[in-house]
Amino acid sequence: MSQLGTYLLLFALAVSGYGLIAATVGAKTGRPALVESARRCAFALFATVAAACVTMLAALLTNDFAIRYVADNSARETPAFFKALSLWAADDGSLLLWNLILAGYIAAVALRFRRDRPPTFPYALGVLFGVQVFYLTLINGPARPFASLANPPADGRGPAPLLQNHPLMAVHPPFLYLGFIGFTVPFAFGVAALLAGQGSDQWVSVIRRWTLVVWCFLTVGLVLGALWSYSVLGWGGYWAWDPVENVALLPWLTSTAFLHSVMLQERRGMARLWNIALVIGAFALMTFGTFLTRGNVLSSVHAFAQTSVGPAYLAFLALVLLAGFGLVAWRLPELRTPATLTSAISREGAFVANNVLLLAATAIILLGTTFPLVVEAVSGQQVTVGGPYFRSSVTPVFLLILLLAGTAPLLPWRATNRSRALRRLRVPATAAALVVIVTAGAGVHQVAAVAGFGLATLVFVTSTQEILTGLAIGRRGLRGGAVRALARGRRRHAGLVVHIGLALVAAGIVASSSLGQQTQVTLKTGQSTVFAGQVLRYQGLRTDQQPQRIVLTATVSVTDPGGGAAGTLGPRMNLYPASTEPIGSPSIRRGIVWDLYASVISLQQSGGSATFRFYRNPGVNWLWFGGLVMALGGAAAAWPGRRRRNPGDNQGASTTRKRTAVEAGAR
Amino acid sequence: MTSRRTRLLAGVVAVVAVIVALLMTGLGRDPSVIASPLVGRAAPNFTLPQLGGPPVTLAKLRGQVVVINFWASWCTECQVEQAALDQAWQQFQDSGVVVIGVNFQDTTGAARDYVRTDGVTYPVVEDAGSKTALAYGLRGVPETFVVNRRGRIVNHVIGPVSAATLITEINSMLLKGTQ
Repeated sequence: MSQLGTYLLLFALAVSGYGLIAATVGAKTGRPALVESARRCAFALFATVAAACVTMLAALLTNDFAIRYVADNSARETPAFFKALSLWAADDGSLLLWNLILAGYIAAVALRFRRDRPPTFPYALGVLFGVQVFYLTLINGPARPFASLANPPADGRGPAPLLQNHPLMAVHPPFLYLGFIGFTVPFAFGVAALLAGQGSDQWVSVIRRWTLVVWCFLTVGLVLGALWSYSVLGWGGYWAWDPVENVALLPWLTSTAFLHSVMLQERRGMARLWNIALVIGAFALMTFGTFLTRGNVLSSVHAFAQTSVGPAYLAFLALVLLAGFGLVAWRLPELRTPATLTSAISREGAFVANNVLLLAATAIILLGTTFPLVVEAVSGQQVTVGGPYFRSSVTPVFLLILLLAGTAPLLPWRATNRSRALRRLRVPATAAALVVIVTAGAGVHQVAAVAGFGLATLVFVTSTQEILTGLAIGRRGLRGGAVRALARGRRRHAGLVVHIGLALVAAGIVASSSLGQQTQVTLKTGQSTVFAGQVLRYQGLRTDQQPQRIVLTATVSVTDPGGGAAGTLGPRMNLYPASTEPIGSPSIRRGIVWDLYASVISLQQSGGSATFRFYRNPGVNWLWFGGLVMALGGAAAAWPGRRRRNPGDNQGASTTRKRTAVEAGAR
Repeated sequence: MTSRRTRLLAGVVAVVAVIVALLMTGLGRDPSVIASPLVGRAAPNFTLPQLGGPPVTLAKLRGQVVVINFWASWCTECQVEQAALDQAWQQFQDSGVVVIGVNFQDTTGAARDYVRTDGVTYPVVEDAGSKTALAYGLRGVPETFVVNRRGRIVNHVIGPVSAATLITEINSMLLKGTQ
């Protein structure tokens, strides 16, 4: 199986190499036959990489310990489900998945543009194959998932305990990868537009839709990552400002900025240069993040074990930066657009402010993440930048972003009439003011928390009001009812739904970070403590011997003060043979308003007494739900319209016309 | 126009060069080498019984470079680094370098089996009661401390140590000693 996998990967490299050459030559010489053969290559490439992944999967499931990766990351006793997940439990295997997803994206692009193609398509295809050639070279060279062992061990080492402790491991990495790798597509079309010297704004609608899809995946990936951290690591939180979390957030912020500023280009022909720089920037940040995570540069929970791929990633990053921004510099004269910001208080002005804020957040986080590297390079000293820096510097920026999200959708383009906007702000502003008064009165004293609740309310009410208004006017003006009215202004309504999700996420973050409580207690069997208005009693320790681990469960009964039983909590300690330390698993009673969260810190006298940490985490579930709403809103915006349009002809114009009609009605 | 383009391109190249140079410094180092409060201080002394040999006292090794590696038979990461430690011992034992394996939270039988089956050649001592591990502020196994000829800790590696890190460190100390 080792040989089969190796040959499949070599073949895949050859196919993508051919695709790169055929697409590039076809684009340069204008030979459609060559481009078409490159396009078909995409499917062969996807099939080959998929076959390689299936081979690895089969090796994992059949305990083929002659493959080093299998011996290192799986064991006979590992449950089949986690054996399959081991495909992405370590560096070399996850590169396989990475290649599969990239090949999948190329195949999707090839399928989408099978008939009608923008003129930049051949170049974009070339860039996509080029990126794939890099990742396939990595997997054929420095990282070799199918490398074999001369003397196969009788049993493998098993996956890292943390990674076989929760089923969320099945979905978090794939979604994050879908989000991360997907940036290759907008990047490819952006670079293609620069290479082809397209002066028109055609590329932008293609890129916008792909970016939206990728943005949805990345949103889900980030939320799932936070959910994993919360449900598995047992520290009561979900975001630790770990370098790897940060670098995943950076392209999300940049692409969010792009999704807003792209409207400037579509509606007003502004910000062309800016938009293409954002697309390239998002991909460069993604590559940078990959380099930091996999290049063995930073210490982090996510850092992969020692690998030799660091220099290759760095070279690729240099190439991306040079080619991307070099091309931007080269095409600068054609990309310049006349600045036509007529008024700062207008929709355009709000989009500019949105971009400034999102990029400020990007810069702050990038600075904090790379600061230790810079300091060490300059002075040789090791420093760490922790949560306090990020919290104190990013919070004001995020609050301003909320303020914008709560007011900007009311602003008209070009700012001809502001009084109407002010009138529509009346209800949201009143609601926000009420929330501020109530939270301040209820004893919340942190200014940022009070402001956060108020602004989240502002965003929520504004967005809901705008959707309802659109609905009401649509129903009055058109036949066909509410659904059609919603569908008419789909992009605007979808965007507002994303804002509603953002409001929920913001409220969840503010609530959990400012109103949470925690305590640490040691309880003997039968002893109880009162926390968050509930009586928590330690009932004793239960030991389960499972094939791959020993599970120690400390049962805690939860009783309301009135005496009614409210259930039990069972935080666990898991002992894995491959781990020197027990891996804790928290137990969570999830609720709409707040979660009761318990972790075992240590056990004494063979479980006769146990030290627990209990948390009362308000609002955490709003965060997960809000993330889902954001992703669904994004998906609705990306969903193809009912009518198939020919690209190239006036697709931008037709949607614009529709939208203006609805918005004119809304005013 | 062309000269402006050239200047812009040169600017892009310069900025990218600075970023790459900066990141390259990060590549050169081993992230498992951490800044430990113990680095620069005198290594805590110990006298511990040796598996199949006389007791070892750290103070008596003054004048030699000492690599102290905390390990256990139940620790798979320790198996990963063991070849590197053996290589360092084989290469430098005649140049005034001592590698000592300190067995941590283990049974004598399991430790003996490990030493025999995995072919550990350097001296191994037992830290029953973990007093030495506590004195070194051990967080887990494996951890490795490098002690210079004057008995000061100069390096602290958490997790498996690589042969490259060990050999570079030892070489630099041996060179310093000859000057």
